Amino acid sequence: MKAEQQYIDLFTQYETLIRNHSSEVLNKYRASAFADFERLGFPSIKHEDYKYTDVAQAFAPDYGINLNRIDVPVNPYDVFRCDVPNLNTALYFIVNDSFCDKVKPDVTLPEGVYAGGLKAFSEQNPAIAERYYGKAASGGKDGIIALNTMLAQDGFVIYVPEGVVVEKPVQLVNIFRSDVDTMANRRILVIMEPHSQAKLLVCDHSIDDVKFLATEVFEIFAGENACFDLYDLEESNRSTTRFASFHVKQEASSNVLVNGITLNNGLTRNNYYIELNGEYAEATLCGMSILDAEQQVDIYSHITHAAPNCTCNELVKNVLNDRSVGAFSGRILVKEGAQKTVAYQTNRNLLITREARMYGKPQLEIYADDVKCSHGMTTGRLDENALFYLQSRGIPKEEAHMMLSVAFTADIVENVRLDGLKERLHHLVGKRFRGELAQCVGCHGCQ
Amino acid sequence: MLLEIKNLHAAINGKEILKGINLSINKGEIHAIMGPNGSGKSTLSSVLTGHPDFEVTEGTVFYEGKNLLELSPEDRSREGIFLSFQYPVEIPGVSMVNFMRAAVNEHRKYNNLEPVSATDFLKLMREKRAIVDMDSKLTGRSVNEGFSGGEKKRNEIFQMAMLEPKLAILDETDSGLDIDALRIVANGVNTLRTPENTTIVITHYQRLLDYIKPDVVHVLYKGRIIKTGGPDLALELEKKGYDWLKTEADEYL
Repeated sequence: MKAEQQYIDLFTQYETLIRNHSSEVLNKYRASAFADFERLGFPSIKHEDYKYTDVAQAFAPDYGINLNRIDVPVNPYDVFRCDVPNLNTALYFIVNDSFCDKVKPDVTLPEGVYAGGLKAFSEQNPAIAERYYGKAASGGKDGIIALNTMLAQDGFVIYVPEGVVVEKPVQLVNIFRSDVDTMANRRILVIMEPHSQAKLLVCDHSIDDVKFLATEVFEIFAGENACFDLYDLEESNRSTTRFASFHVKQEASSNVLVNGITLNNGLTRNNYYIELNGEYAEATLCGMSILDAEQQVDIYSHITHAAPNCTCNELVKNVLNDRSVGAFSGRILVKEGAQKTVAYQTNRNLLITREARMYGKPQLEIYADDVKCSHGMTTGRLDENALFYLQSRGIPKEEAHMMLSVAFTADIVENVRLDGLKERLHHLVGKRFRGELAQCVGCHGCQ
Repeated sequence: MLLEIKNLHAAINGKEILKGINLSINKGEIHAIMGPNGSGKSTLSSVLTGHPDFEVTEGTVFYEGKNLLELSPEDRSREGIFLSFQYPVEIPGVSMVNFMRAAVNEHRKYNNLEPVSATDFLKLMREKRAIVDMDSKLTGRSVNEGFSGGEKKRNEIFQMAMLEPKLAILDETDSGLDIDALRIVANGVNTLRTPENTTIVITHYQRLLDYIKPDVVHVLYKGRIIKTGGPDLALELEKKGYDWLKTEADEYL
């Protein structure tokens, strides 16, 4: 329990401080989360699902946590200028783990819609917050979620009341900004009441070269016939470690798209838990990472079909260069009685070098007898014949290589249902493969 | 002399396929290379365009006085060599438009020309598409993805029209084509002909040569050219098959 001890001590010592700077609703879960964390600790690499990510090692260093909620001097608009411009969104910021209420987007969202800080929301609307917060992500089984729940003081909420359509995409930018090694515990709550629609784009950035560690817990509730898109774009840096978990609960006829893209990072673990609880619900889970140097991405997904006539489509792609490491473990569970399930899982990986490593584990677990399910996984190099074909038309080898790498990821970008973002991603992916994005880390070069 | 091949030997995975090819081609000529399956016809086209799987073990190839074997595949293309592939590759995710724009601009860069403007490029695409009667829907798709056999071959000739090569090698361009597609493809090739450019037609059958008339016909067998003649040789092969030549050659080999 070595790595855990400092967090146990921290909580014991500062529990009052943590509580004082948060809200009732969030505080309610702290004690039980603490008990869970003490009991579970961090998942060990001996645990089958955590074989390729040493969690304890990632949490072992001494990170500073801003429990006192001291203002971090940063103008988020300055930071953000270069990466996804010209995308017309309602834009919000979290700096480390505090919602930034100094800058308000210059837009009016439809009446009744709330987009903003979790602490403020749960103080103003305790009844709604209480109904959802902590209901999808349970710390009872996962030590990292328990840790997040015991320490998280703020985060972001989007709440869309019944029947309301939010036309303008909402964008949340998570910024790491600090002069010392810092940990942030972020919490994002998405409440989509029946027949509502919204799209959320979340971008992770790290401005400084100190060590950053993030835990991010997303809870997403899609009511009957609700439609929700989440685009999670990680563009942090080599010294950022992130443990994110996405918990989606879908009611009948809801449609949820989760598209997680890692363009730049240090070490990332993304856990996706999607539950299809009502008939005719549809989930699309896409993921893509482009890795080089020693970067690592570990994706775990667990999709549960608990009701009949639901559809899920999972597509995860990784491009691994240099000595980077990727892991994908995908599990689709079709419960008894979930007849007429349609579930597809595909994982494709491109290894650019011999040193790059990819570990994959596709799994289907089916307890119904009238279903259409498939899974497929391939890991390989670029098609030599395609490379030669392009070269034979005068395109230099490096350029041909890049064109084919971009093409490999094209269907992930095609799954984006947000026009401006799609174009932007084509551009960013191209830049990433040309190695230009790395120079833009933290935007030092652009200011 | 445009192309001069001397004693060319080439191997794949240590297995020698070409065993001493000698071939000279003048500017403006059409040469047909015929031969039974497995005689090395496609290997010759792969070696001339620099496919990395093939290793040249002996011999020389000079193209416009340059040592061709020293050039990268992309430089061979920019120097004016074009291969119409027997089996064009499908490349999902790379659009025909981006592919062709990249190719055309690389050729222009090599010749110290500015990149082509967007409007000029689209105009060029439209013009060249007409030569092979290619639908604009096809150029809007990914390279060869979901194309029928005939559409793939048309696409090859379309690319040839875009890049205006000095030396075009048509590798079994007639295979998998019905008679209408064959006519369209052959017409395309004939439309692109000038006294300046040169064509090597690799084929198993006479039928393409009814449309594209060769000046010289070579027969390739077991990695060597065993007979060279005029257009009549192709007709003779059509009638008599390859066996009589094989028997003759096997006595020497």
